[in-house]
Order: sequence, then structure tokens, then C-alpha cells
Amino acid sequence: MAVVFDKPHALVDMPMHYCPGCTHGIIHRLVAEVIDELGIEGRTIGIAPVGCSVMAYDYFACDMIEAAHGRAPAVATGVKRSDPDKHIVFTYQGDGDLASIGMAETVHAAARNENITVIFVNNAIYGMTGGQMAPTSLPGQVTQTSPYGRDTKHCGFPIRVCEMLSELEGPEYLERVTVNSVANIRKAKKAIKKAFQNQIDGKGFSLVEVVSSCPTNWGMTPQAALKWIDDNMLPYYPLGVYKDRSAEEDAK
Amino acid sequence: MADKVLMKGNEAIAEAAICAGCRHYFGYPITPQTEIAAYMAKKMPKIGGCFLQAESEVAAINMVYGVAATGKRVMTSSSSPGISLKAEGLSYMAGADLPALIVNVQRGGPGLGGIQPSQSDYFQATRGGGHGDYRMLVLAPASVQEMASLTVKGFDLADKYRMTAMILADGTMGQMMEPVSLDFPEAEKVEKPWATTGTDMAREHNIVNSLFLQPDELERVNFERYERYAYIEANETMYEEYLMEDAEICVAAFGIASRVAKNAINEARKQGIKVGMIRPITLWPFPVAPFAAAADKVKSFISVELSMGQMIEDIKLATSCKKPVTLCNRAGGIIPSPEQVLEAIQKAAKNGGAE
Repeated sequence: MAVVFDKPHALVDMPMHYCPGCTHGIIHRLVAEVIDELGIEGRTIGIAPVGCSVMAYDYFACDMIEAAHGRAPAVATGVKRSDPDKHIVFTYQGDGDLASIGMAETVHAAARNENITVIFVNNAIYGMTGGQMAPTSLPGQVTQTSPYGRDTKHCGFPIRVCEMLSELEGPEYLERVTVNSVANIRKAKKAIKKAFQNQIDGKGFSLVEVVSSCPTNWGMTPQAALKWIDDNMLPYYPLGVYKDRSAEEDAK
Repeated sequence: MADKVLMKGNEAIAEAAICAGCRHYFGYPITPQTEIAAYMAKKMPKIGGCFLQAESEVAAINMVYGVAATGKRVMTSSSSPGISLKAEGLSYMAGADLPALIVNVQRGGPGLGGIQPSQSDYFQATRGGGHGDYRMLVLAPASVQEMASLTVKGFDLADKYRMTAMILADGTMGQMMEPVSLDFPEAEKVEKPWATTGTDMAREHNIVNSLFLQPDELERVNFERYERYAYIEANETMYEEYLMEDAEICVAAFGIASRVAKNAINEARKQGIKVGMIRPITLWPFPVAPFAAAADKVKSFISVELSMGQMIEDIKLATSCKKPVTLCNRAGGIIPSPEQVLEAIQKAAKNGGAE
């Protein structure tokens, strides 16, 4: 019988700990499919963050490193510089990890045009610790630590990472995607593949921001959470390519 | 014997690291150790190595973590306030059993403190520096030659025991110039099958990690680590004894303090005072045995330190408080003078050992 659907080789065959309806599973799969398609599993080293995806080191079949909270881009820098010709290095980070505690590491890896791939999962909340306000939580968003809704007068505004990094001279490629529909999942995979291909081609820092859901901590059904992305997240975090230096240069 | 070259302590560390096969250095500028970074910045690109100035000490130690995870020799250097920032990474490296060399050219603290020499990070270094149950190998050079040779030794020990080794120097050691031989013994090659260098599709994936959510699993790795530490305590302790055969007073000092103390001891000997010195070279593992043995022979101990008295606690532990231990110290970036140490020795001699 012909196999029409299978687990990517770059994913280990084990149950994941993610909540029902969480989009981490989809994003893991997309990264693994890309690793398979590019034939780079044997030379890839992934860096897991602190947060919901902390145990990504168990799920990807390539070599994996668990980094301290927010430090994945610095760890990735070390791994990449250790053997730039061989190592394909990606970080997989959430919004608290990448845009709060690890913002300095993110910005400077981008500014250096460090030749790594960053998968940035933005679901506007700290999931692992039970739903606290994140650097990307929306104005008015109710979380455990913003129980009356995020008050921008008190704790400021959410950070648009792709827009902010696009002001830097350094990074090669910045794109924001989402995974709340089949069509969007296809586009997300294309972006992730480009982010890895850029690294193979030596082009430099490539970050894909994946707008994600957190049904558990948003207090919604998985379906409602996917709709919440369309209704609330995407107006604040518009999808699109924020920087593509090679394409810009080709256009000149 | 190989030729000697005149070098600054900081430069000797950098050159010795290169001799030891270190090709990756990450750091952030801070006085009084920036010569190490400057030396690496100049040398590394010419020998196919990597010098990278990180955005912070936090980033630097995590870049070190990344290279260490791939099994290559790697180092960072800093001074006291910067080491506090690296403490997070030191704890993670201990938890993930990663080898690397860390250099702390100490300055006075706490806080921003000053930029003059100090030994006030003894507690921080010998107790690990970061959170959790762990140790670091701590090597305390007392000459520019030792700045170099202990750097090489530090890399070897770090690889052998899969842990971080720290060179605990001070501003004086970093800045002073002395002749150095850069002829080092060949290190044993250590295999690193745990390194994350890509599976090459030929093995199961390696995972470098310090997270163990099951308490029995976390307890097990802690117990295993401490078995390794016990082996190191039994086999890797280094110290120098000076005129201890007939000593009635034992001075304890490391690093620059031991150089000052030696002058004072020589002067005291001329005056007929039977005084000697134990100089710990490894601060962890602390040389417990020679201090315990001395406690049965001498009348008292004097700990000479550039701090408010930190090593003195380890001396009291090592000697089970059998004999009095007094402190002869300066702090805040000031080095005790030979006269001050001599005075402390004379006082101890007059009191029949005790101050």
C-alpha cells in the first residue's frame, strides 16, 4: 500500500507534552519536514529555549542543546562559529524567551547577521508557567499577571519583533506567518524552508515569526483560539515579509 | 629548556590558551583583564580561530556554552562584576557537564567596586558562583609563569572531568610582567562522544541539557557529579609548601598574597622565627590534607588575603579549628605590605602562636 502521510524523519517517534490544540506540534512538524527535504538532519543542531518548547530537545532527531532562558541565539552563535561550514543551527523560541529575557541576544545576533535560523513562536502569553503577560500580549489582554487586561499606561505596549529587527542593517530575512489554516500552514512552511535555505547559502540571520495560539491559557477551545488569531493577533501583528535582503538586492 | 619570553600576566593566559588548542574566545570588555580580549582579537583571525566580542557577559558565557557543547576548547575572561553576570552560564554548564575555561582577573567589590586587585571573589569561585549543587575547578596562579601553565592545566582538567575550570587571578597578576616559558606538556586526548556536532545520520541524537524534571533523576545526576568531585579532591589537589618542615607558624596565602607573604617569611626567618607557608594552587579542591597535617605541628595559622577574610573559613574547616587562625588582610584593592605580614608573624610568635 502506498504511504500517503508519514512522520518526518527529523521528528523522534514519541508523544509530545503539548496541550490539545496547541500549534507547537504543527510548527515542529514543519521544521522537521524542512530538515528532511533539505537533507540536513545529520549536520543540524537545534537549540531549545526555556518555555513550553523546552523539551523540543527530545522531539527533534538531530543533535539538540537546551539553552538558558533567552540565551538560545548566543548558544547558537557558539555552535555555528564552532564549525561554520558544517553546522546548520536553528533556535526554537517563544515570545517570553526571545522578546523579553532574551531580547539583547536576539537583537545582537540579528545585528551581526549571525548565519542561523530562528523559529519564533509568538502566542502572546507565557504558557509553561501558566499564562502570564508576555512582551507580545495585546493591549487589554487578560492574563494571570494582567488580570484587569494589559494596561498600556502601566506596563507599556507589546513588541513587534519583525518590524523592530527590520530597522537593523544586519538581518537577511524576517517574515511573519501563522498556522491557523491549511493555507497559512503552507505559507509558514515555505518561509521556514527559506530561512533554512538562506543559512545553507550562507546568507545570514533568518527569523520566521509564527503567530500561534494557546487555547489553554487563552481559555478557549482550539477552534476559537485559531479564530482569535485572525480577529485579534493579526491586526496587531500583520503577516508578511519584513526583510529579504537578497530579494531586495536582486530587484535593484 | 625552551626560551623564555617577557609577558604580561593577561597576555600569558591568552597565549597559553592558544597553545592549549583553544580557538574560540568570547568576551566583553572590563578592566583589568581586557588585554586578554585584545590579544585574542589580534591572534585568532590569523590562526583560523574565532574571537567575538559579545554584547554582554551573559551572551559571552552562552556562546562559550555553545562551543563547549560541540566539544571544542573554548574560553572567556572577565573581572569580578562580569563574573557575576556569567554565573548563570556557569551553573548551566555544570548542569550540562560542559568543559570550558573561565578567567577571573579579580578587582575589588562588591558592586562596581574598584579596578584595583582583589581576592574577594574567593567565596564565589570556590562555591561555584551560580545556583545549584556544583563545583568548579579553581586554579590560583602566583606568577606569570603559572598564569600560563595553569591555563593549559585548566583546559586539560576541564576536558578530563567535563566541568568548568576557573583561573582565579587578580589585577596585579594580570598586569605584571615576568619571563615565561611557553613549553607545555602534551595533553591527553579526551574523546567527547557526547558532543553535539551533528549526527551525520550515523548515531542517535546527542542532547546537551541541564533539565531533569524527575526528582529521582535529578538526584541521581547530582550524586554522580559529586562522586566525580570526590575523585578530583583525592587526585587533583595542588599546593606549594614553603619552609614548613620546622614551622611553628603557618602562613596561608594564594596568588599575589603569597608573593608578599614569602618576603615577610624570609625576613621573619632572619629574625629566628620559625614560620612557613602553605600556598594553595587549587582553591577548589582545597588542599585540606596539608592544612590538617600542619594543624598537628604548628601553633597557629595566619591567612593573608586581599579580602575581608574568605579563605580563612576553609582553613578553619581543614584544620577542624584545632589551632587559632588569624587574618592579615587589606581590602578594596589594596595589597598587604610585607611589613604588615611580618608584623602579624611577629605578633603570633610573641604570643606563642596565638595572636
